[in-house]
Amino acid sequence: MSLKYMTPASKFKRYLPKDYVELVDYGPFGKDYSEVGVKNMGTFKELVEEHPMCSGCWMAYYIKIIFASLPNPEDTVTIGTAGCGRLAISQAAVPFIYGNYGDQNAIASGLTRAFRQRFPDRQKDVITIAGDGGMMDIGFSMTMHAWFRREKFTTIMLDNEVYGNTGGQESGMSVEGAVLKMSPKGKNFGKMPATQLAITAGCVYVVKMSPTNINKASKAIRRAIFAARKLGPTFIHAYTSCNIEYSIPTPDVFRDAKEKEKGRFAFEEYMTPEAKELFATIESKKKREVS
Amino acid sequence: MSLNKTYKDMDYLLNEAPREQHFITGAQAMAEAVKRASVDMAIAYPITPQSEVMHLVGDIYAQGHIKEYYRAEEELGTMSAIAGAARAGVRVFTATSGPGLLRGLEAIVSWPGHRVPCVLGVLTRVINAPLSIQPDNIEMAYLMHSGIVMLHAENQQDTFDFTLAAFAITEKVDVYIPVSVATEGFFVTHAKGYVDMMSEELAFTEPDPYHAPVPVMDNEVPPARIQRDAPVQKSNFMSYLIHSVWQQEVWDSNRRAMKYIYQYLGGPVEVLNPGADVMLVASGCAAAQAREAHRYAQEEGLSVGFVKVRSIRPWPTDEIRDALKDAKTVIVPEHNIIGWLCKEVKASIPNSGIVVEGPRVYGGMTLPVELIMTEIYDALGMESEILQA
Repeated sequence: MSLKYMTPASKFKRYLPKDYVELVDYGPFGKDYSEVGVKNMGTFKELVEEHPMCSGCWMAYYIKIIFASLPNPEDTVTIGTAGCGRLAISQAAVPFIYGNYGDQNAIASGLTRAFRQRFPDRQKDVITIAGDGGMMDIGFSMTMHAWFRREKFTTIMLDNEVYGNTGGQESGMSVEGAVLKMSPKGKNFGKMPATQLAITAGCVYVVKMSPTNINKASKAIRRAIFAARKLGPTFIHAYTSCNIEYSIPTPDVFRDAKEKEKGRFAFEEYMTPEAKELFATIESKKKREVS
Repeated sequence: MSLNKTYKDMDYLLNEAPREQHFITGAQAMAEAVKRASVDMAIAYPITPQSEVMHLVGDIYAQGHIKEYYRAEEELGTMSAIAGAARAGVRVFTATSGPGLLRGLEAIVSWPGHRVPCVLGVLTRVINAPLSIQPDNIEMAYLMHSGIVMLHAENQQDTFDFTLAAFAITEKVDVYIPVSVATEGFFVTHAKGYVDMMSEELAFTEPDPYHAPVPVMDNEVPPARIQRDAPVQKSNFMSYLIHSVWQQEVWDSNRRAMKYIYQYLGGPVEVLNPGADVMLVASGCAAAQAREAHRYAQEEGLSVGFVKVRSIRPWPTDEIRDALKDAKTVIVPEHNIIGWLCKEVKASIPNSGIVVEGPRVYGGMTLPVELIMTEIYDALGMESEILQA
C-alpha cells in the first residue's frame, strides 16, 4: 500500500479535484473498520457514491455494503463482467477491471498470482463481483476452475435470478417455472446449487444470504476476504433483486428481500475448521483492540 | 532456485551478444527465447502441436527461469488470466494452436484495446472441418483484424529471434499491445534446424510496470477511480468518439511497432534479387520453400526474386510495393486455402492483376518446391519443355 502517495502537498491541494481531496480527507483509506465501515456509513466519504443504477436497486445497495466492508480498500482490486453490477462497481474509488464475458475468475487468477510475485510481503485483496449469469452460466467453467485451483481471492455473486442488464432473460439461477424472456413457457429446471458447488470445489468459506442486515452482510464479506488471504477461495452468494424485471415496486424491495431471507435465501454459512480458527483469532483480537 | 542471470537490453541480446549454434526444434527455439526473456508468468493449456512449447516452458519454470506457471481450464480461461496477470504488471507468455486460438479469440481480440502487453505463440494448425492436427495457417487470418502485432517465423532461428524481440516490442510505451509469433506446426515446431543462441545466463531486462502508458492495476496510488476497461455505455456521440479514437490508437500503436521490427529484426521484409521479372512473396514456412525455389531459379539463370514477409501486422505496404515495383508476375505460395497473404499483397500494389493466386496447400500438405517452380515456368512462358527436361 502506498498511502504516502495520497496525501497531497498542502499548497497543491486546492488545485486537485474535490472528489480526490474528499477521499483523502474523509475516505476510508488507512482507517480502522471501527472508524469507517458499514456502521458509520453516512459519516465518511464512501468509495461508491454516485452510480447509474435503477431507483430501488437492491444490488446497488449491496455493492455499497461491499465497498464499505473492505478491510483494506487501499490494497484492493475488484473484477467484474457484463451485467448491471459493474455499472456501480466501476464508479468506486478502488481499481476495477472489466475483461470479457464471464471471465472474471480467470482474470483474478492471473492477477492474484501476479500480486503475490510483485508484493510477496504484502496482502493485495482481489474480489470478483459478478451476477448470476456471469458467475454460473457464461463464466461457469472459469468460476469453478479457479475454485478447484484454490486461487486465493473472494468471489461474490450478485444473484438477481435473471439477466437484468440484457433485458430479463432466464438464467441458471432463475427459479423453476419462472416465465422470463427465453423461457416463455416457464423455466424447466431449478436454481443451480451454487453454494454446494462452491463447497465441493474447495471454497473454504461460503455464505448464502439475503443482505437485509448490513452488519451481518458486512461480517460475511470481511470473513470472506480474510479467509481468502490465507486459506483459499471464498464465495458469497447474495440475493440482490432486480426490481425492474421482477416488477417489485420500489417501496417493497426491502420487504421482498426479507421474504427471500425466509425462503430460498435463508442464511447459510459454511467454513472449514481452519477458517473457523482464523475467524476466532481475528475477531477476538478485534474485540480486544476495541475494548 | 536462484539462477545467475545477467540482465541486458534487447539490442544487446539480439544484435551484439555472442551466439553459439544449436540444432533444435522450433518448439525448443521458442522455449529457449522464453527462457531468456525474464518471463514472470506462463499459462498453459494443451493442444497439439502447441503443447510441445508449453511443456518445455513448464520445464523452464521448474528450473527456475520463470516465476509462475500453471495449466488453465481451457483457452478462454488462459487468455483471460494472461490479461489479468499483465494488468497486475508482470511479463507473461502463452502459446496456442488452431482451435485453441479460436476458443481464446474473444479474449485475444480484446487485448489490444485493453492494452495488454504479452507474447502469444501461435503454432499453426487446421481449424476447419474435417478437423486435423496438421499444419495450416488459416487461423492467422482471424488475428489479422484484431490489432495484435503479428510476426511470422520461417524457421527455428526466426522463431527464437522473433519470440525474444516480441517481449521487447510489446512493452514499448508507444506500442503496448500484444505481439504474436506464429510459425507452422510440425514443419517448424517438430523439426530441427540450426539456431544461433546467446548464453542462457543472459536475460532480458526485467519489466517495469510503472513505465507503462496505462495504469497498472495494483492500487499503489490510491485513491483513484480507474477502470480497465469497461464498455463505453451510452448510445451517443461521445461513446462513438471514445471507441473510435481508442481503436485508432490501437492501430497507430500497431504501426509504431514497425520501427522496432527494423531495430531488432532488420525490417518487415527480406528481399533477394530485387527487380526480377518474377517475384515470389511468402511468409512463415512457405518462405522456406519459396527461398528454395528462388535458389533453383538462380541456378537456372531465371529472372526470379524473393520477398520474405516477417511482419503481417503491421503490414509493410511501402516495402512490398517497392519490392514489387518492377515485377511482371508475383507468385504467393501459402499454407492455407483462402490466400490471406495473397490478398494483402494484391491490396498493396497498383497492378494487382500480376499476382498469381497460389500455389496453396492446406490441411497438412507439404509445399513442394516443384509446385512453385511450375508457376515460375508458367509465368516465364517456358513450362512444358523445362518440366519435361
